[in-house]
Amino acid sequence: MLDVKKIKLDFPILRRQVNGKPLVYLDNAATSQRPKPVLEAIRDFDTQHNANVHRGLHTLSEEASAMYESSRATVAGFIGAPADELVFTRNTTEAINLVAAAWARHNLQPGEEILSTVMEHHSNILPWLQLGVTMKFVDITDEGILDMKDFAKKLTKKTKLVTVGHMSNATGTINPIETIIKLAKKVKARVLIDAAQSVQHLGIDVKQVNCDFLAFSGHKMLGPMGIGAVYLKKERQEEMLPFMTGGGMISEVYLDQPAVWAKGAEKWEAGTPNVSGAIGLAAACEYHNRLGMINIRAHEKELTEYGLKQLSRIKGLRLVGPKDASIRGGVLTFVFDQYHAHDVAQVLDSEGVAVRSGHHCTMPLHQRLGLVSTSRASLYIYNDKSDIDRLIEALDKVRSVLG
Amino acid sequence: MDLYREEILDHYKHPRNFGDLTDFELKDSDRNSSCGDSLEMGVKIKNGKITDVKFTGIGCAISLASASMLTEMLMGKTLVQADKINDQAMLKCLGIPISITRQKCALLGVAIWQKLKLKLK
Repeated sequence: MLDVKKIKLDFPILRRQVNGKPLVYLDNAATSQRPKPVLEAIRDFDTQHNANVHRGLHTLSEEASAMYESSRATVAGFIGAPADELVFTRNTTEAINLVAAAWARHNLQPGEEILSTVMEHHSNILPWLQLGVTMKFVDITDEGILDMKDFAKKLTKKTKLVTVGHMSNATGTINPIETIIKLAKKVKARVLIDAAQSVQHLGIDVKQVNCDFLAFSGHKMLGPMGIGAVYLKKERQEEMLPFMTGGGMISEVYLDQPAVWAKGAEKWEAGTPNVSGAIGLAAACEYHNRLGMINIRAHEKELTEYGLKQLSRIKGLRLVGPKDASIRGGVLTFVFDQYHAHDVAQVLDSEGVAVRSGHHCTMPLHQRLGLVSTSRASLYIYNDKSDIDRLIEALDKVRSVLG
Repeated sequence: MDLYREEILDHYKHPRNFGDLTDFELKDSDRNSSCGDSLEMGVKIKNGKITDVKFTGIGCAISLASASMLTEMLMGKTLVQADKINDQAMLKCLGIPISITRQKCALLGVAIWQKLKLKLK
């Protein structure tokens, strides 16, 4: 189990007051806070080693290059991948767009399909829709669980790519990706896992699950904003064209004949990369490694069970998503009486409790569940039962303010 | 909490001029998709004067209260007077600081009024 009291001390922002109350941060599915080791790693790079990578021969440039490449190895190792299969991006959105533009656009034949689900984040729907190919979406149950019968029905020989979130940012639903990948491989479909909500809460090993692509963001896993990554399986890399072109991603450039692209991950990293971001992200991975992903999941599962229990006791509050915490990550989503989610979030904020409200970039999911907007409290390693209790108390205030 | 001052809560709980718009010929709607707010508003004009105004829809306390207050502002006004009702006038009428993220809630009703104005011209 995690020593949350000790963990909290690592996060300077958690000492902040909001509206005169100690901050309770429950918006982790949107972005997470950063611990001291991450902040210090970034500061160390900025104050001691800042230089452009891969080109200079001077000391700083060599240090920066070594740190950038060692960060790549650390981040790749965090998901069980070798360094040359990990490409840094800005975030999950860019990672998925990269696969859509550099792989899917050139590998789907007329008549071939992409299979996704209605519970996806917009960033795992829109990049595929832009391709103009046939897309199918697997339905969910009213509890927000993937309908595997519908999946089996929609997965056919025409399916070239299955793209699915490991864990829903809106309902916390954990999808059975091992089964999904096995079934997809039977029809020779490739698989992309949107792991924006899962690498940091559940952990994943890309070689064990055998996916083709996996995308995630740094800022949702204690790292900085503006850095993310995508795992590109070696065999898929060979089928891919560049994403963006420019410096860094080439080995030879001519004015009168085609350029020769760089080999390996660099081919998809045009321009000066976010080196300090990559270093911060590597520090974030190490932070998770020290705590242990098994311990993180056990802590968040226990907290999810407690949160679901406490919330279900509130009269007029309806929980959205799976009731069983073994298939649900630390995302507590609800509708409170007739109150609009924005009003709920605003009153909670007046009590120092930060939650999110709206459709959480999952409009098709909300439409499927017949909801316009929901309130969402999402958990992480630095949350404990007292944070849930503060949420419950603050919900009382919603009723007294809004009547 | 300033945002939910008494007058605003009163408009939210008891919206004025709220209801069915079927007998309104001049009407329009707008929505804040990210919030799920969706309002429709209609006006009746006679001899250059707003003789009736009504709105309906779903929204948060701020969008419903501000639309309700807007209908009170519009009711009985001449078109010349009503032409001056814009974002600034609406925010002034609400009388509370509205954060950037809630501006679109506070101004949803007025956005429909702007569309109706164009139809009138």
